[in-house]
Amino acid sequence: MSTEGIGIDRRYARAFSAIQSFAVRYGLGIALVIVWEYAARKAGSIFFPPPSEILHRAATLWLSGPPQRLFLSDSVFQDVIPSLLRLMGGWALAVLIGVPLGILIGRSRNLSDLVNPALQFLRAIPGPALIPIFIILLGTESTMRVTLIAFGSVWPILLNTIEGTRTVDPVQLDTVQAFRIPRHAQLWRIVLPAALPKIFAGMRVSLALAVILMVVSELVASTNGIGYRIQNAQIMFLLTDMWCGIVLLALIGYTLNWLFLKFEGRLLGWHRGARGRAATS
Amino acid sequence: MLAVERFHHAYTPEQLVAANISFDVKAGEIVSIVGPSGCGKTTLLKSLAGLIKPTGGTIRFQGKVVQGVPDGLAIVFQEYGRSLLPWTTVNGNIELPLRYQSITPDECRRRVAESLQAVDLSGFGERYPWQLSGGMQQRVAIARALAYQPKLLLMDEPFASVDAQTRADLEDLVAAVRDQFEITIVLVTHDIDESVYLSDRVIVLSRPPSTVLAQVDIDISRPRDQIKTRAMQQFVEKRSEIAQMIRRPSGSETHP
Repeated sequence: MSTEGIGIDRRYARAFSAIQSFAVRYGLGIALVIVWEYAARKAGSIFFPPPSEILHRAATLWLSGPPQRLFLSDSVFQDVIPSLLRLMGGWALAVLIGVPLGILIGRSRNLSDLVNPALQFLRAIPGPALIPIFIILLGTESTMRVTLIAFGSVWPILLNTIEGTRTVDPVQLDTVQAFRIPRHAQLWRIVLPAALPKIFAGMRVSLALAVILMVVSELVASTNGIGYRIQNAQIMFLLTDMWCGIVLLALIGYTLNWLFLKFEGRLLGWHRGARGRAATS
Repeated sequence: MLAVERFHHAYTPEQLVAANISFDVKAGEIVSIVGPSGCGKTTLLKSLAGLIKPTGGTIRFQGKVVQGVPDGLAIVFQEYGRSLLPWTTVNGNIELPLRYQSITPDECRRRVAESLQAVDLSGFGERYPWQLSGGMQQRVAIARALAYQPKLLLMDEPFASVDAQTRADLEDLVAAVRDQFEITIVLVTHDIDESVYLSDRVIVLSRPPSTVLAQVDIDISRPRDQIKTRAMQQFVEKRSEIAQMIRRPSGSETHP
C-alpha cells in the first residue's frame, strides 16, 4: 500500500516538474501572446491586428494550396522559397569564402599584418549602403541580393576563423610536429578542428546577419520575396499581411538558429564536454 | 644513440640560456636532466627533438645531425591536457601519428591495443581525453608515444602536473616500458628524487648560462621499489650529492 502511494507521489512529482520546466521555458512567450491578443482586441486598431487574426491570415496566405503540394500556396513558391534560397545561398557563399580565406590569413602572420587594416575598413561598411552600387554592377536580380548577403555576413566568419586558426595551442602544434605529421595533415587534423568552435560562433552570428540582409535586399528594386511582400502589403494597406511577413521572418530566424545549434552540438560535442570539464575541475 | 656537443642556445644575444652542454646517451639508458629552474632544460629537450634550432653546437641522433624532427623519436609533454587533442578519442589520439607511417591498418590497431595495455588503459580507447583523470591522460600521452615505436623517448617534466600517488605509478611505468619496448629514455625533471629513482644516469646542469656540472651514475639495482629503494643508503647519498650541486651557486665562492 505504502509503496504504491510513494509511486504515485513520484509520478505526480515528475509530471509537476515537466510542467514546471515547460512553464519556465515557454511561459513568458505564451503570456506575452495572450496579453498581445487581449490588448489588440481591446484597442481595435487596424495597425495592430490581434495574433489570432495574423495566424488566420497567414494560413490563407501560405497554406491554402492544393493537397498534392502539401497545401503550400503559390505565394510560398513565389516569395518564401526564393527568399530562403537567397538567404542560404548568400550565407553559404560567406562560409565558403570566409573559412578558407580566414585559415590562409590566420596561418600567415605576414599576410595577416598586410590585409588586417583593409579588412577592418571593409568590415566597417554597412552592407545595405552598398545596395546602390551592387544594383549598378549586378542588376536587380537574385545575384545582387545573394552578393549583398554574402558581403554583409562574411565578416564574423572571416574574423573568427582568423582568430581561431591563429590561436591554436602551441603545445598541440609541437606535438604534431614531433610526430612528423605532414603539413597538409596538420591543417586538417589540428588547425581546423582547433579553430572550429570559433568558426561556428562566427557562422551563427552571420546567419542572423544574413536574415537581416535578405530582408533589406528585398526592400529595394525587387519583385518578389518576403521583404518585398511586407513592403508591398504596407503600400496596399494590407496591414495584417504585413504582420504575417514579420512573424514569418521571426519564425525563420528562430528555426535556422535552432537547426544550427543542433548541427553544432553534434559536431562540437567534444568542445562542450572539454570546456565543461575544465570549468568544474 | 644520442650525442650532444657544445650545445649553445640564446633566445636573444643578451639572454644566453645554455653556454656549453655536451653529453652522450647510450642505447637503452634512462637519463634524467636536472638543474635549477631557468637553466634551459626544456629548451635542450626541444632541441633534441628538433623542434628548436639551437644557436650553436651539434646534436647527433643515431649518428645523424639533427635538423628538424628526426625519425624514431617521440615526445611526452608536461601539459598532457594540451598535448592530447580534445576533439578525438583516446584511440584517435594514439592512431593519428601512425596514419602517416607506412603500416597496415591491422598493425595500427595492434599497436594501439598493445600500447594501451602497456599503460593499463585497455578499454578506455573510445573515451575522450577530457573524460579521464590527469594521470590517465598522461598515460594516454605515453601510450601515444609508445605506439609510434620510437628508438628514443623524450619526456619533458612528464609527471609535474599529477598527484603524488599517480606520479609514483607513472614513474614505475616508465621503467617498465623501457624494458618492454627496448627504448632509450631522456627525461627532464626538476625533482631530484624522481631523477635518482628513475635513471641510470643523471645529468646535472648549472644555472644559466648553463653547462654540465656533473654526470652522476645511479647504479642502484633494478627493479626499484618506491619505498625500499628510496630508503636505501645509496639512494639518499646520490640524492644529496645532486641536491648540493644544484643548490650551490655555480662559481667558486663555496671553496674556502
